[in-house]
Amino acid sequence: MLSYLLLTLALLSSAAYYLGRNRAFAVANGHIRNLHSLPGFYGSYTALWCGLPALLVLALWVALQPSLITDLVVAGLPPELHDLPADRLNLVVNDIKNLVNGNIVSSAPNPAILEAANHYRNLRVIGNSALWVVIVSLALAGLAYSWNAISPTLRARNRVEQIVTLFLILSSTLAIFTTVGIVLSVLFESILFFQHVPITEFLFGLQWSPQTALRADQVGSSGAFGAIPLFSGTLLISGIAMLVAVPIGLMSALYLSEYATPRFRAIAKPALEILAGIPTVVYGFFAALTVAPLIRQIGTAMGLQVASESALAAGLVMGVMIIPFVSSLSDDVINAVPQSMRDGSYALGATKSETIKRVLLPAALPGIVGSILLAVSRAIGETMIVVMAAGLSANLTGNPLAAVTTVTVQIVTLLTGDQEFDSPKTLAAFALGLVLFTITLILNIIALRVVRKYREQYE
Amino acid sequence: MSKPNATAVPTASRDIKTIVNATLKRRHAAERRFRWYGLLAISLGLIFVLLMFGNIIGKGYPAFWQSYIQLPIKFDAAILDPEGNRDPHAIENADYAALVRTGLRALFPNVEGRVELRALYALSSSDAPLELRQQVMAHPTLIGTEQEIWLLASATVDTFVKGNIDRQAEEDHRPIKDNQIGWIDQLQATGKLKQRFNTILFTSGDSREPEQAGIRGALMGSFYTLLVTFLLSFPVGVATAVYLEEFAPKNRWTDLIEVNINNLAAVPSIVFGLLGLAVFINFFGLPRSAPLVGGLVLSLMTLPVIIIAGRAALTSVPPSIREAALGMGASKLQMVGHHVLPLAMPGMLTGSIIGMARALGESAPLLMIGMVAFIVDVPKSFLDPSTVLPVQIYLWSDLPERAFVERTSAAIMVLLAFMILMNGLAIILRKRFERRW
Repeated sequence: MLSYLLLTLALLSSAAYYLGRNRAFAVANGHIRNLHSLPGFYGSYTALWCGLPALLVLALWVALQPSLITDLVVAGLPPELHDLPADRLNLVVNDIKNLVNGNIVSSAPNPAILEAANHYRNLRVIGNSALWVVIVSLALAGLAYSWNAISPTLRARNRVEQIVTLFLILSSTLAIFTTVGIVLSVLFESILFFQHVPITEFLFGLQWSPQTALRADQVGSSGAFGAIPLFSGTLLISGIAMLVAVPIGLMSALYLSEYATPRFRAIAKPALEILAGIPTVVYGFFAALTVAPLIRQIGTAMGLQVASESALAAGLVMGVMIIPFVSSLSDDVINAVPQSMRDGSYALGATKSETIKRVLLPAALPGIVGSILLAVSRAIGETMIVVMAAGLSANLTGNPLAAVTTVTVQIVTLLTGDQEFDSPKTLAAFALGLVLFTITLILNIIALRVVRKYREQYE
Repeated sequence: MSKPNATAVPTASRDIKTIVNATLKRRHAAERRFRWYGLLAISLGLIFVLLMFGNIIGKGYPAFWQSYIQLPIKFDAAILDPEGNRDPHAIENADYAALVRTGLRALFPNVEGRVELRALYALSSSDAPLELRQQVMAHPTLIGTEQEIWLLASATVDTFVKGNIDRQAEEDHRPIKDNQIGWIDQLQATGKLKQRFNTILFTSGDSREPEQAGIRGALMGSFYTLLVTFLLSFPVGVATAVYLEEFAPKNRWTDLIEVNINNLAAVPSIVFGLLGLAVFINFFGLPRSAPLVGGLVLSLMTLPVIIIAGRAALTSVPPSIREAALGMGASKLQMVGHHVLPLAMPGMLTGSIIGMARALGESAPLLMIGMVAFIVDVPKSFLDPSTVLPVQIYLWSDLPERAFVERTSAAIMVLLAFMILMNGLAIILRKRFERRW
């Protein structure tokens, strides 16, 4: 229904464009030079008047109608239903909505609910027809007004350009709204969470078992929300990943920029960058089904105890995923070191590797550190590999062969599936999200600043 | 040495020469070693790429074939149409499983006893009766005839035929029993069991039975999600890039916007999922698991990529174009709209396609907004519950059946094919339309 309305609106607007343009020709007596703007602008002016107000009202209407109808239906319920406590009332409303949409209902519908469903349906039909009437008449009114307003002196171009500029400005603020949205959404839920669990216990507690039991006398009914095991697990896996990614990535970047022939570089560089383009589920699948069993086999052959979801498997594969980040970022940094510094070193008789180790690396160090920090923030926030290949049990251990869990894994497990929205269990996920967001944000800011400062140094 | 004496210089230089010569061998060895480390690092990376692709393709390509069994099916009028009036309702609800059972028994008339018979019936998939029903509903003239029909074999048979169940293993340790192996051998010997191209993988939605599970639902879900992502992020991304590059004054506000964009590009994707859950689902009340919400979340993630690529494309347009347009009396918006934007468009499209490819492979934020549900139906609109290809891969990778491992790998191959296609398109676009000024 909505799509038909949008289609109608689009058709009306394009009709408005032609009407407006023709009108402009008409008022100019066929001489365009009499007009303030080009005729197309008069067309756009009419089309905007026709489409934009109607579209805004439509958006508002669609956003408000369901809750308005629900309120009306609830107000019309018989008192014995109307006076139920809020959560029971919610169930009743859900039943009514399910009846209206023809879904399966949780209980046998009683006559009052059936009647309410009918009421709902009627209101919805009325609302939808009213929407059509209002939108179409608004569009026509806008068309008529602007068509009438067209005169040779109307500054149509300026008006249209104002609206376009407004659209540009609004678009560019979306980035800010997104950040604000992220901060607010994780912050509010986290504050709710910290009302259940004190913030010190969350940040410094050593015990993590978020399963709150249904009955008070069950084992482990309390639920513990000490996040240290998650932080240590995240650090362990990211640490392993960096042990893989930094040497390999850095050496690849050095080789490609200092030793490789242009032809080799032209082939090897994009081939390495394939690693960055592979979706992380693919890495996760490979880690869980190939690497982890392999490590377990090797470990047991050597007489070691290896968990089937070892931190080592997830860390190794994550490290491989990060190689292209380290290598392409450090490649930029290494290329930014001026050639004169290399030449000076060669002139003193240093070999290539000595130049790299004694001149290039010290000069590029801040930039390399920055790129490593970016890679660390990427590793901490990586989700799919650890969800698929790391464990769920929160062990506080530094043993890479044991199973550990990470912040992202816990967010996913706490929030997937059905859940009530205000239990500490789900709120904990948002608190973890807040920690994750804060840490990665700090890392990114530091890294970006270091890299930028360093780049300026040689420019 | 405040006063260097004339004769000491050559001896000192001879000394240095000997010192240098003495260490030269060691230094050159270090040089060679360093070079080897570099080559080793690159080859490790490349070997990993090859290993992973080889492993996945090796596991996944058998999934494109599927075992079928040819059964003599007697479309018995007494079962299908007992009243004899060709009532479609009666035909639809007839016992098609009985037809399959009779067909299997006709092939192996010697099998007797409940346990044996059940093992025999387990050879064919539970999809076979549905397939028969479809055929009969489409051609009612089949009723009363007898036809040789290829029907889907069960996943266990398929896994066995593909050699993924060890024949030598003890009977209790494998999902397929000795008598079943005997029947399969017999069927293969008579040519009644064949591998055919697996169309089900591409035409049906998810299923708990591996032989009936397909990726069509996930593909359509990905399509709708990406469509929403593109429709939202491309116009807004281009508008932002144009504003920041062409119109924005240099002040604190635009600095703030820029810092924000750069930071958003590095925020972990799962945090966007939290945003989607808290804002779109809980605050705005949009439905869970819907491609619309998925598209909204992914477009917020893709925006920074498009904006950054768009700005790079805009800066590469030389200022002389702008000056010429302004000199001819164009307004600033006309200058951008008629001249700068068309010239920058290939670069912007390239960036957007790369961003879309990344969005296609993204799964973590979609887990948060409920696109992980088990959904059998193929979604038909932006609001139908659905899943996307990477999440389907995640869901299947959790299932223990060997046949699902195969299908997961096949789904990964399809996903990678799409990624390669999109990135290839971006490269072609760049090669064909990029202008060097």
